[in-house]
Amino acid sequence: MTLPLTETPTPATQAPAPLSSFQKYPGGPGAEPPAGSGAEPRGSAALAPRSFLAKNPSVFWFLLALAVLTAVVTILSPALGMGAMSTSFVKTLGKTLCLCIAALAMDVVWGYTGILSLGHMAFFGLGGYMIGQWLMYARTEEIVVAALASDPIPPTAIEIAQGVTTQIFGVVGSSDLPLVWSFAHSLPLQLMLVVLVPGVLAGIFGWLAFRSRVTGVYLSILTQAMTLALSLYLFQNDSGLRGNNGLSGLQNLPGLAETSQDDLSIWFFWASALGLALAYLLCAWATSGKFGSVLRAIRDDEARVRFLGYPVEGFKLFVFTATAVLCGLAGALYYPQAGIINPAELAPIASIYLAVWVAIGGRGKLYGAVIGAALVSLLSTWFTGGRAPQVPLGFYTIDWVDWWQVLLGLAFVCVTLFAPKGIGGIFDRIAPPDRKGAPLGPDDGALMEKEARE
Amino acid sequence: MSALLEVSGVSVSFDGFRAINNLSFSIGPTELRAIIGPNGAGKTTFMDIVTGKTRPDSGTVTWGEKGISLLKLSEAEIARAGVGRKFQRPTVFEDQTVAENLTLALKSPRGPLAALWFHLTGAGRQRVEELAAKVGLTDHLSRKAGELAHGQKQWLEIAMLLAQEPKLLLVDEPAAGMTLAERELTTAMLVDLAKSHAVVVVEHDMDFVRRLNCRVTVLHEGSVLAEGSLDHVTADPQVIEVYLGRG
Repeated sequence: MTLPLTETPTPATQAPAPLSSFQKYPGGPGAEPPAGSGAEPRGSAALAPRSFLAKNPSVFWFLLALAVLTAVVTILSPALGMGAMSTSFVKTLGKTLCLCIAALAMDVVWGYTGILSLGHMAFFGLGGYMIGQWLMYARTEEIVVAALASDPIPPTAIEIAQGVTTQIFGVVGSSDLPLVWSFAHSLPLQLMLVVLVPGVLAGIFGWLAFRSRVTGVYLSILTQAMTLALSLYLFQNDSGLRGNNGLSGLQNLPGLAETSQDDLSIWFFWASALGLALAYLLCAWATSGKFGSVLRAIRDDEARVRFLGYPVEGFKLFVFTATAVLCGLAGALYYPQAGIINPAELAPIASIYLAVWVAIGGRGKLYGAVIGAALVSLLSTWFTGGRAPQVPLGFYTIDWVDWWQVLLGLAFVCVTLFAPKGIGGIFDRIAPPDRKGAPLGPDDGALMEKEARE
Repeated sequence: MSALLEVSGVSVSFDGFRAINNLSFSIGPTELRAIIGPNGAGKTTFMDIVTGKTRPDSGTVTWGEKGISLLKLSEAEIARAGVGRKFQRPTVFEDQTVAENLTLALKSPRGPLAALWFHLTGAGRQRVEELAAKVGLTDHLSRKAGELAHGQKQWLEIAMLLAQEPKLLLVDEPAAGMTLAERELTTAMLVDLAKSHAVVVVEHDMDFVRRLNCRVTVLHEGSVLAEGSLDHVTADPQVIEVYLGRG
C-alpha cells in the first residue's frame, strides 16, 4: 500500500463544481429508463395524484367478480325457490367468504409487513366465541321463557336467568353463570367484545413481542404458542365457555325462529359478501398509500426504516392489532353460519392453514390471498366431504378424505418451489399490473426486462 | 459556537474487545468534518452509537442546544431529532419506485395514523421533484429502485438523506463505487451542505478527504489520535506511525 499521506495538497480552488451540474448527471451504466415502457408515467408524472381505482386496478375487477358471484348464488339459492343450490352449499360459500376476509388480514400482516403470524385464526375464533355467547344466551332465553310460560305464576327474571344458566351449563355440570357471560344478554355489548377481545389480546401480545424486537421464526413460534395456549385454556370447563363442547346452535338467530335456514343462509351470504367487499376496500386503501409503502419497507429492511425515523414497532403493533380485529369480525360472521364453535377451531393448525392459503394464492397481493383462501378451502370441503371419487389402484384405494392433506402439502411445496408468487402471479403474466420488474430486487427485475424485449 | 453533537468519554466493548475507548468528539451546527482511520479504528461503531444502533457501556452523547441525551432515545427517535445516516452500501427500498423511496424519506409526521392519512401535497411533490432533479433521477421516478445502477442508488440514498431534512448528516464512504466525475459532484454537494448542516464524512480515500478541505479527526483503536487540518494531522508522527505500521 502506498502511503497516501505524503501526497501534495490539491489547491482548494479546484473543487466545487456548481450544484446545477447535478441536473446533467447522466447516471452511469443503464441510466436511461428502458425504452418502450409504454403506458407507465415517465418522470415527474409518477408523482401526479391518481384516483383510488387507478392506483388499485384490482379493486374494480374484484368487486365486479364478487357482485357477479353474489347475484348468481342469490338466483340459484333455495331462498328464491330455484333450489339449484342446497342451503348447506350457500352456507359453505358464505363461510368461504369469511375465510377470505381472514386471508386478507393475513396478507396484510404477512405479505405486506413481513410478520409471519401463525396465530391469527385465534382471533378469528375469539370473534366467533364472542358473537356465539349472545346467540346462545338469547336463543336459550327464548326457549326458557316459552317453557315457563305455561306455569300458573309468571316467572321472575331471576328464574329465567337460572333456567338459561342450567340449560347452557348443565352439560359441564355447573349451575352458575361464569363471569365471562356477564354481557351475553346484550347484543351491542357482545358486538363490542367481538372487536375488543381480539384487539386487546393482539395488542398486549404484540406489544410484548415487538417491544423485545422478536422477529422472524421466533415470532411465528410465539404466535403458535399463543393460539395453542388459548385453545388449551378454552378446552377446560373452568374457562366458562363450555370446554370442549364449545358453543352450539348458533345458526338459530334469536327472534327469528320462524325464519327458515334457507333465508338465513342467503342473508348471511350477503352479509359475508358485503364484509369481504368492505375489507378488500379497506386493505387496498391502507396498502396503496404511504402506509403501505412503510409496511413494505419494514418487510424488506426494518433497520433502514428506523433510521428514517419511523417507529417500526408502533407500525407492527398497529398492523398486528388491526388485522386481529379484522379476523375477529370475520369470525363473528363465520360462526353463525357454521352453527358451532369449539376450542379445536383455535388449534395451531388452523392458523397454519391460513398461511398456506395466502402462500398458495400469492402473498403481497390482496386478490392472491382471496383466491388462495377460496380455492383451497372449497377444495378442502370437497375432498374431505367424501364427494371426491376414490381412486382404486388395485392394491390400494386412494381415499381423498385421508389423502387430501398429502395433496395440500404437495401443492404447498410445489408453489414454494415453482411459483413463489402463487396463483395470483398467473394474473400478472396475463395482464402485468406494472412493468416495474419483479418484486424481489434487481436480478429478477433485470430478467423481466429481458423477457419484455424478447 | 455551541456544539450540535457532543460525544464524551464513550466506551463500548464487544465480547471483551474494546471497539471504542474513551472517545470524545464534538461538532458544531454548520461544520464539515472528515473521520479517517485504519480498518477497525471504530468509525462505523462510532456512527452506530450516535444513531442509537449500539448502546455504549459508558460515556455521554448529548444533542442540540438543550443537551438532550441521545442514549435514552430509540433509533427512530434519534432520526426524528435530526440525525440522518447514509450507509456505505446503498440501502434503498429496491421493491419500491424512486418516487416512493423519496416520499418515504420526506420529512413528515412518522406515526402509523399519520402515514395512513398521508397525502402528498403540492409542496411535497415539488420537493420530491427537486430532489430527484438534484441527483439526476427525474426520468427514473417511476422505476423500481432495484433496477437502478449502483451509482444511481448512491444518489438516490443521498437524496433520501436530504429529504429527511436532518441537522446532522453521517455519511459513510460516500465516494465508494463512484466515478471521478461523480466524486467531484459529491464533494461539491457535501461542502455546500455543510453551509447549513453539520456533516460528518467517514472516508478511506485520502484524495477525497483532501478535496473536502475540512477539519479531520483521526481515529485509532477506538479513540481520537489527532484532530485538525489534514496537513496538521498528516504531519503528526503518531498518525504516520499508525498508517506506516499498518501499511
